[in-house]
Amino acid sequence: MSQSLLSDLAVALASGAVRVIDLTNTLSPDFPVIVLPAEFGQCAPFRMEKLSRYDDNGPAWYWNNISMNEHSGTHFDAPAHWVTGKDLPSNTVDAIPAQDFMAPVVVIDISAEAAADADFVLTSTFLETWERKNGRIPPRHWIALRTDWYKRVGTPEYLNLLEDGAHSPGPDAGAVEFMVHERNCIGLAVETVGTDAGQASTFTPPLPAHSILHGNGRFGLQCLTNLDKLPTFGALIVACPLKIEGGSGSPLRVVALVGETNA
Amino acid sequence: MTNPLTPPKRKDPLLRTHVGHVSPNLRSRAATAMAARAGQGRFVLQVCHDCRRATYPPRDLCPVCWGELDWQDQPRGAVIEAETTVRSSVDLFFRDHLPWRIGSARLDAGPMAIVHLHGDVKQGDRARMELKLDRGGNPALFALPEKETSHMADDPQLRLFTADPKVRRILVTDGREATGQAVASALLDAGATTVFLGNADPLMRYPGQDRIEAIDGIEPVALNLTDTGSIEKLAAQLGGRVDIVVNTARFTRSGGVGFGGKLSDLQSSLDLEVTGLMRLAQAFAPALSARSDDGVNAAVAFVDVASIHGLTGNAGFAGSSAAAAARLALVASLRGEMAQTGIRVMSVLTGPVDDSWHQSVPPPKVTPTQIARAVVTALQSGQETICADDVAQDVMTRWQADPALTIREENK
Repeated sequence: MSQSLLSDLAVALASGAVRVIDLTNTLSPDFPVIVLPAEFGQCAPFRMEKLSRYDDNGPAWYWNNISMNEHSGTHFDAPAHWVTGKDLPSNTVDAIPAQDFMAPVVVIDISAEAAADADFVLTSTFLETWERKNGRIPPRHWIALRTDWYKRVGTPEYLNLLEDGAHSPGPDAGAVEFMVHERNCIGLAVETVGTDAGQASTFTPPLPAHSILHGNGRFGLQCLTNLDKLPTFGALIVACPLKIEGGSGSPLRVVALVGETNA
Repeated sequence: MTNPLTPPKRKDPLLRTHVGHVSPNLRSRAATAMAARAGQGRFVLQVCHDCRRATYPPRDLCPVCWGELDWQDQPRGAVIEAETTVRSSVDLFFRDHLPWRIGSARLDAGPMAIVHLHGDVKQGDRARMELKLDRGGNPALFALPEKETSHMADDPQLRLFTADPKVRRILVTDGREATGQAVASALLDAGATTVFLGNADPLMRYPGQDRIEAIDGIEPVALNLTDTGSIEKLAAQLGGRVDIVVNTARFTRSGGVGFGGKLSDLQSSLDLEVTGLMRLAQAFAPALSARSDDGVNAAVAFVDVASIHGLTGNAGFAGSSAAAAARLALVASLRGEMAQTGIRVMSVLTGPVDDSWHQSVPPPKVTPTQIARAVVTALQSGQETICADDVAQDVMTRWQADPALTIREENK
């Protein structure tokens, strides 16, 4: 590798020729977490308890104890998160090769479809049509679904949990099979609370994104923001989950590097 | 008759809020024992083992024969033999509430006692005696009219011995559950001006939301007892406007200790019910305490609704009972702290609630309406501990008689 590659990047970062876009929602007690049927264990939201703030518990320092589920806030899903990925090698966040934490991203814009139908289901046919218009999805990319769903954060319409379940867009089994087996994606990156559609527990197989992605060693990124700020091709995602021993996932800071020419 | 209470005028912003004082709390162990029983709504006096005479005030030995004394429930009747009006006092609390009427009452149980008088009770009247707690947690005899008189509960002297919800503004912590909703409605029916109704997750709908939030006097507020920031924010906004706090939040799940219990459920119970209670107390106790003698709608009480099985543990609901036990311990300590500032701390104890988390528990189960009734009764009477239903009362009665046996019985 040329020595100049990284130094060129450093120069581009310093000059602003490569911009860093934050794809992360703020981790706060108010940020919604996925809601499961009441009899199951529930995802703990983010919580922060002040330990000291220049007070009697620590006169010169400020720090907090924090707690949350591995899948709270903007977070990463490792293959071990789903039963289909339970026997795969290196399937937990501590074991995934760090090389996988930086990967290019292709952004598929389904914001118009999602705005028209909260239950919009992404199919392989849709993806093939999209490719004819935009170009082929390259291998080992994150496939990001731009839904503009992040603009709903702070409203009931983000989880959109009605009496017949949640309503948010996501892929069907055919689309996920296509992404994994035909396009060898590194994972699926979404703005919604899960990689699956709100109604995906009624799909076959149930929760196809979780089931097929993780069953094939692919990752999930959820609760992202700002996917509308990324180019269709050419951005690079940096997503490093915490190195939690045996962890099924992790809240994390996700950023994208976007080159000037992509803008 | 008593002049009916009218809602207070807005406070003059130039005046310093009146500081609440409490009566001296240096009391004998016998008087403290009387307070403990007063807190349960009982009317008790000490009775001598040997000569069988009832005695008052509380003593260590029978004043007639030096026999051992025993607390026993007594008939509540009395005749007011004499009355007087106190017009001057060096006591910091009473000098702010003069004139104050007291009398000598010949109790049906035998002794003569100095008692506080309701405005409708005069010399020569038959009266109904109640053993009350004053705002410092000390026992006191209060003479009520034998028969209900109009607006009786509004009597200014009596109102200082109760925590009546009338014209008060009340925070109910969990409006998402049926219990909190029933409590909120009952408090409004009992004359509360406003019920601030907590919602732990304002972005998520809940059953009964449209109905309860449409009721006049209900003000929904964001409040999540597992989130310190949420409580601090609400206390900062509302602390000075809340006269009573009623904590109805619960996290009940079935399960044992060695078998079938989930650690995550225990953590959720402890965080919501125990740490949550302390968060709530830390946020609201200072503001309540600062307004404990602030006119007819002075801050007056902190009420906690918890499972009776906090006293005993409970097979099948081990973790939830552990949370209730910790809750009762915190409430006991808080009661001692708040007694020094004139705020009553009350426990409403319940059996298994008739909700979706007790589907496998056979009846009888306590309904949200029964819990609401108990909350209102406790506030109206000033009672410290009240059982909302027959199951809770049964466990309480057995526990008072034989704690070790009841603990075994409840964990079979």
